[in-house]
Amino acid sequence: MGRGMGRFLLKRAINYLILTFIASTGVYFLASYCLEPAMNLLSRHPRPPMSSVYSVLASQNLDPRVPVVERYWTWLTQILFHGNFGTMIDGGSVNAEMGRRIFVSTELLLLSTLIGSITGVMLGAWNALRQYRPSDRISTIVSYAIIAMPVPVIGITLRTIDNWMGSPIQYTGLDDPNAHGVVAVVLSNMQHLILPTLTLWLVQVTLFSRYQRSTMLDVLNADFLRTARAKGLPFRKAIVKHGLRTAVIPVMPLLVYNIVLLFVGATFTEKLFGWHGMGEWTVDTITTNDINSVAAIGVFTSVLVLIAGLLSDLVYAALDPRVRV
Amino acid sequence: MTSNNTPVLEVRDLRVTFPSESGAVRAVRGIDFSLRSGETLAIVGESGSGKSVTATSVLGLLPTSAQVTGSVLLEGRELLGLSDTEMSKIRGKDIGMVFQDPLSALTPVYSIGTQLMEALQIHQNLSKQAARARALELLELVGIPDPKRRIDAFPHEFSGGMRQRAVIAMAIANDPKVIIADEPTTALDVTIQAQVLEVLKTAQEVTGAAILMITHDLGVVAGMADNVTVMYAGRPVEAGTAEGVFYEPHMPYTIGLLSAVPRLDKTERKALTPLEGNPPSMVKLPKGCPFAARCPIAVDICREQEPRLVDVAAVPGLQSACHRAAEIGNGDLAREGMFPTPELSEWEGESDRASRPEVLRVENLIKHFPLTKGAVFKRRVGTVKAVDGLTFDIREGETFALVGESGCGKTTTLLEILDLPRKQEGSVVVLGKETKTLTGKDRRGIRRDLQVVFQDPMASLDARMPVGDVLAEPLRAHGWSKEKIQARVPELLSLVGLLPEHAERFPTEFSGGQRQRIGIARALALDPKLIVLDEPVSALDVSIQAGVINLLDELKVKLGLSYLFVAHDLSVIRHIADRVAVMYLGRIVESGDAEAVFESPSHPYTQALLSAVPLPDPRKERERQRILLTGDLPSPADVPSGCRFRTRCPKFVGLTEGEAERCRTEDPASTAMAADHSAACHYAAALEVV
Repeated sequence: MGRGMGRFLLKRAINYLILTFIASTGVYFLASYCLEPAMNLLSRHPRPPMSSVYSVLASQNLDPRVPVVERYWTWLTQILFHGNFGTMIDGGSVNAEMGRRIFVSTELLLLSTLIGSITGVMLGAWNALRQYRPSDRISTIVSYAIIAMPVPVIGITLRTIDNWMGSPIQYTGLDDPNAHGVVAVVLSNMQHLILPTLTLWLVQVTLFSRYQRSTMLDVLNADFLRTARAKGLPFRKAIVKHGLRTAVIPVMPLLVYNIVLLFVGATFTEKLFGWHGMGEWTVDTITTNDINSVAAIGVFTSVLVLIAGLLSDLVYAALDPRVRV
Repeated sequence: MTSNNTPVLEVRDLRVTFPSESGAVRAVRGIDFSLRSGETLAIVGESGSGKSVTATSVLGLLPTSAQVTGSVLLEGRELLGLSDTEMSKIRGKDIGMVFQDPLSALTPVYSIGTQLMEALQIHQNLSKQAARARALELLELVGIPDPKRRIDAFPHEFSGGMRQRAVIAMAIANDPKVIIADEPTTALDVTIQAQVLEVLKTAQEVTGAAILMITHDLGVVAGMADNVTVMYAGRPVEAGTAEGVFYEPHMPYTIGLLSAVPRLDKTERKALTPLEGNPPSMVKLPKGCPFAARCPIAVDICREQEPRLVDVAAVPGLQSACHRAAEIGNGDLAREGMFPTPELSEWEGESDRASRPEVLRVENLIKHFPLTKGAVFKRRVGTVKAVDGLTFDIREGETFALVGESGCGKTTTLLEILDLPRKQEGSVVVLGKETKTLTGKDRRGIRRDLQVVFQDPMASLDARMPVGDVLAEPLRAHGWSKEKIQARVPELLSLVGLLPEHAERFPTEFSGGQRQRIGIARALALDPKLIVLDEPVSALDVSIQAGVINLLDELKVKLGLSYLFVAHDLSVIRHIADRVAVMYLGRIVESGDAEAVFESPSHPYTQALLSAVPLPDPRKERERQRILLTGDLPSPADVPSGCRFRTRCPKFVGLTEGEAERCRTEDPASTAMAADHSAACHYAAALEVV
């Protein structure tokens, strides 16, 4: 660790920044070529005259008569010098909308990813210890069934079960619009978290536990585990301290990337449960030809990849002395 | 030696059975032994004989599916049937364990110090500082240089020998009464093996512990053990004092094992005595003596009744399990020649070396690898000098051996030659053709004449290909017709001592020795002139190894082959090689006629290497003075100035300042010691070390 590590991370960060720039530029051009914001205005009744359509688009830096490179330059300088991602197709600020949605997604995902990672690792390790016993076989079957199931199916199934039981858990939106007072809103908000969290948790726990199970199985027969027990560590302690500690290392990058990228990938869950987060926005902005918002999401996603990469490097180096330079 | 009469460890009628899909595997079928303080007992046997299972069951570390019966008493206390929690209080405290592979025996994510302190703190109520202080003492004791600096190093920063020292430190951390060492030096080089065995002896002196040593190496046994138990098919077949077992064995298996070992101290050049056949399956043991099928003196009763281990009257303390032990004892059945030794065919070609054609000439071969740093922009920060100026030649009908410790560049040399390099410094000439200038068709032709046999007979054969296809593949690649291939495959199989019908089977159906024979047959398929053998017998058991070595010797004469033989086992090389080159850090330090190099080694490294090889002879072994090398092989990225061996040279230490200066500044050139014997040392002088 120490200085070598710092330099290593700095170098990585620079690499990732270059990647981020290339990726967001790509998204901007792609969105500008594929999306037709003019259609939104032209489909109105009564149909507005072309001149006013162009002037509206020009005010949003979307005028198709201006060369795309020039629009790109405006977009880029606005971001770099003013931190301004422009306006949405309906005239609202992209910055404000994105801020709000990031907050919503964070609230939705924080809990499920934390629980998902911890329980996934634990379940995987436990399954490995009980390889081929009934509990392991059942876990395997259930895991594959869930992995094979599309997320909407899981979400709708949970909703259906809830409805069938007489809706003990409310799930639409962030909270009950009828709730008043801080305590009531918070409680309602927590209740509304249950089903989407459960959906996301199921998806993650099954995936993570599969990976953890296989890395744990590799470690279980390792010589160093036998050494640890020969030193006098009881079975359970040796497994946790020497076995699991080594077996989580290869799972870490997967865990980190999955968690971080879920911020824009929880589209179905957000849609199904009416949470207006980043995942939902990704789909909505594309269908509404909202170039500026799509480009902003592109930037956000590539920054997430950057963060995930750095984080996974950090976690890896913290856990495994062999990669420290 | 502090020996009182009550044993610390007593094992009675220990039996271990594992369930398996094909039936119960009776891995250990009743073994008794006792160990007293300060005493060393070696359990010897080949793979699958049950020796490691015996050791592991004493510690209670067998998988839970194993059924263990009998009795294991530690100072009178029964260990079998104790819970894991109770056993954990004994493991590491009363019984320390050293495992075979030091590279994987330490947890990679914790520092050496952390793991050693953990071993201390599990059993003793020590503060962190006290544990660290004790850990430093232990590391000092096992000979880790500069322990204060190395204690915080991680396992991957230690060499194999250093790691094994750390594991020994852990095993003796709590002053155990018994140390179990399971093949503690098998994975190490001979010079490091000698160091580690010394450390084990020191550890035993300091702790007064009894050592239970599991090994297949009869040389190591001869040097370490007071008592020896020989195991075969899950049972002890001979047990007694080391001298009794080595000099007056009464069981044919022991006799066969001892005669199958190639010995460094046997100068006479003759075939090894192979123990034909394979150990029986532990699932379906045949009736009678399990060794009967391989025993040359088996009689009817041997196939009916399994002999029990009984006292041999003539030799005090010796017990043997053989129906004919009495006849062996009184000389009616001679030990010498009990197992038939095949005749070694004589080379019938030109005996004068100079007039035989050259098959391979390597001149000033250099292979340097750049050492780079940086993930995106790579820059060169150094050079790994894996092979650094190698010159040698091989003549027709000759076995040329390259010897050296791991990391000395022998494998790189082989790979370079097999690569038929185009651009490089120096030159490689195969059968008179310079590889640099070869193109397309000629290169293909050379590939046909130059074949290779690998170390691991399992990994080098495709498990999904029947043996017939394995052998046909090189033939097809060189455009042989179907009919010719069909005729060639059975021919090849019988050439290496297998049956033509074996072509239908898959590699997994063969034993290790048979698989290596298949590997040899594949190399022979295209009638090559030169075969490169990379550690061809090091993965095989002693009894099997002898047969493969004999086969190689026989094929050489029969087919007029030449071998480039790479191995680390000097006894094997002494047996098979006509000429030898000893490598150190990418250079040949001594080379010449095998006889000359082994009889009068002149480079201090060769002398140390030879003196480190243990002999399977307890009396000789105890009298020998070892030249112990200090430390590990330096990194080939950081080769010492002047003579590259000087940092470990035992001779360098005794030189005057003026003489030593020469070693520091001047790289010694190879100088002739005799007609076909040269050494690269400023102060080369012959010394008898075996």
